[in-house]
Amino acid sequence: MSQSIANPMIQFMGVDKHFVRPDGQAQPVLRNLNFAIAAGEFCAIVGPTGCGKSTTLNLTAGLEPATAGEVRVMGQAVRGLHPNCGYMFQTDASFPWKSVLDNVAAGLIFRGMDKPTARSRAQEWVRRVGLAGFEHHYPHQISGGMKKRVAMAQSLITEPKILLMDEPFAALDVQTRALMENELLSLWSETGASVLFVTHDLEEAIAMADKVIVLSAGPNSTLKATYQIDLPRPRNVTEIKFEPAFARTYQQIWEDLKSEVMISYERQQSRATA
Amino acid sequence: MNGSKAAPRRNLRNVLDLTLQWSILALLLGSWELFTRKQWVDPFFFGQPTGIYHVIVTWMREGTAVGPLWEQVTVTLEETVLSFIIGVLFGIVAGFLLGRSRWLSVIFAPYIRVINAIPRIVLAPLFIIWLGLGMASKVALGVTLVFFIVFYNVFQGVREVDRNLVNNARILGAAERHLVWHVQLPSALSWIISSLHTSFGFALVGAVVGEFLGATHGLGYLIAMAQGTFNTNAVFAAMIILSVTALVADWLVSALERRLIGWRPAAASERAA
Repeated sequence: MSQSIANPMIQFMGVDKHFVRPDGQAQPVLRNLNFAIAAGEFCAIVGPTGCGKSTTLNLTAGLEPATAGEVRVMGQAVRGLHPNCGYMFQTDASFPWKSVLDNVAAGLIFRGMDKPTARSRAQEWVRRVGLAGFEHHYPHQISGGMKKRVAMAQSLITEPKILLMDEPFAALDVQTRALMENELLSLWSETGASVLFVTHDLEEAIAMADKVIVLSAGPNSTLKATYQIDLPRPRNVTEIKFEPAFARTYQQIWEDLKSEVMISYERQQSRATA
Repeated sequence: MNGSKAAPRRNLRNVLDLTLQWSILALLLGSWELFTRKQWVDPFFFGQPTGIYHVIVTWMREGTAVGPLWEQVTVTLEETVLSFIIGVLFGIVAGFLLGRSRWLSVIFAPYIRVINAIPRIVLAPLFIIWLGLGMASKVALGVTLVFFIVFYNVFQGVREVDRNLVNNARILGAAERHLVWHVQLPSALSWIISSLHTSFGFALVGAVVGEFLGATHGLGYLIAMAQGTFNTNAVFAAMIILSVTALVADWLVSALERRLIGWRPAAASERAA
């Protein structure tokens, strides 16, 4: 199933991850995780609640260390944060005290660019994500969808080789969500970055990704299956759902995912009654 | 059409509200005056609105027993503002250092808790012994009051910076100094500002209490002297002047607040981040 990639952008090699619980016990999250993402590949990770999808992103970004095994980015073992990642968090992480423009410019300023240059580059990105005219608004003054646009521009402006996205559009209404998904695809196609996209929505995963990774039910989950999605690009996430190939793929992956979701559900039930 | 009808009605509402507010004041002062005039209550112990007014006017025209009125006001204000500024600065620096460093906060936590547990007003006699009857002892007392309020707010503000924001900043390439200036300080700022209102009140308390216990000038000293001579009207007069001063100061702090944290939503400022 997993084909070998010559020069993988991201590579998980036998990665285990344990968290330490407040009582000092180790809580296993991921076990023997192996996968690789090629340069420019869009990979979606799906799996039941609590299976460690977000942890995979944190390991890639270097926000958390692997307990065993190795995560490699561009052939280098990840030890702490590295400058190759952009990260769109599940919840809003824009700086509430900075205007839209300054939020977008932040990454460039942190990386040592002088303010005027950073601002004019940010201006360009604000325009590209469709927020022209809102440069001087503060985050609390704009809608949820617009905040996502800010987050998108904020992470893309540093031209990351890898874009990590943790259910970025989960909180949006259906129409806004489809709109944002299409915009993300078009922005991504211009960058050539590798994307690791965590979602619980299988439709979203198939509509956007080149490859879908299914994780097994947590705790201590591992790779259940990898699917190559051979739908043509450029895609429109709304229209592609009408393709027969989409439905076939969906059915195939859902069979895998369904059993894991059921296992996860039963475990939660038994934990709740225990 | 609706608008043209609604506007006068709103104006009427405002006029009515204002009238009611003022009539309550008039009623209170009127009955106070009446009761004391009729000797139903003893004006010697309870004072009299007209008497208070006369005291204020006399103070303004002829000065108080210890010098001109404006001098007393300036002395108290100077003590207040000095202890406010010094206390706030120390509070911010200490709160920030301990908030950022787990190690420092572990070492100093018990000391801070112990000092904070002392009702700090009892330090006033010590400060007067050490620093004399002048301004320094009042400022020292005010500083100890202000410091802890600001310190705890800043400490909390730095500690409770949204993890998400810190992670986001670090992934965007923020170094430690960027985290301080772009994330931790702005995040603590709303806590600092909200503590300023309370702090200014406490700075004033420090100055006045210090003056009660031993001073040669100031509004607190005026009150202490009036108390010594059973001059109820003068106690009230000094109280009113103090209140007006405090109100003006509070208004200034509010103006500062609006300037510094304009990024916050107007009403839902306490909404969880």
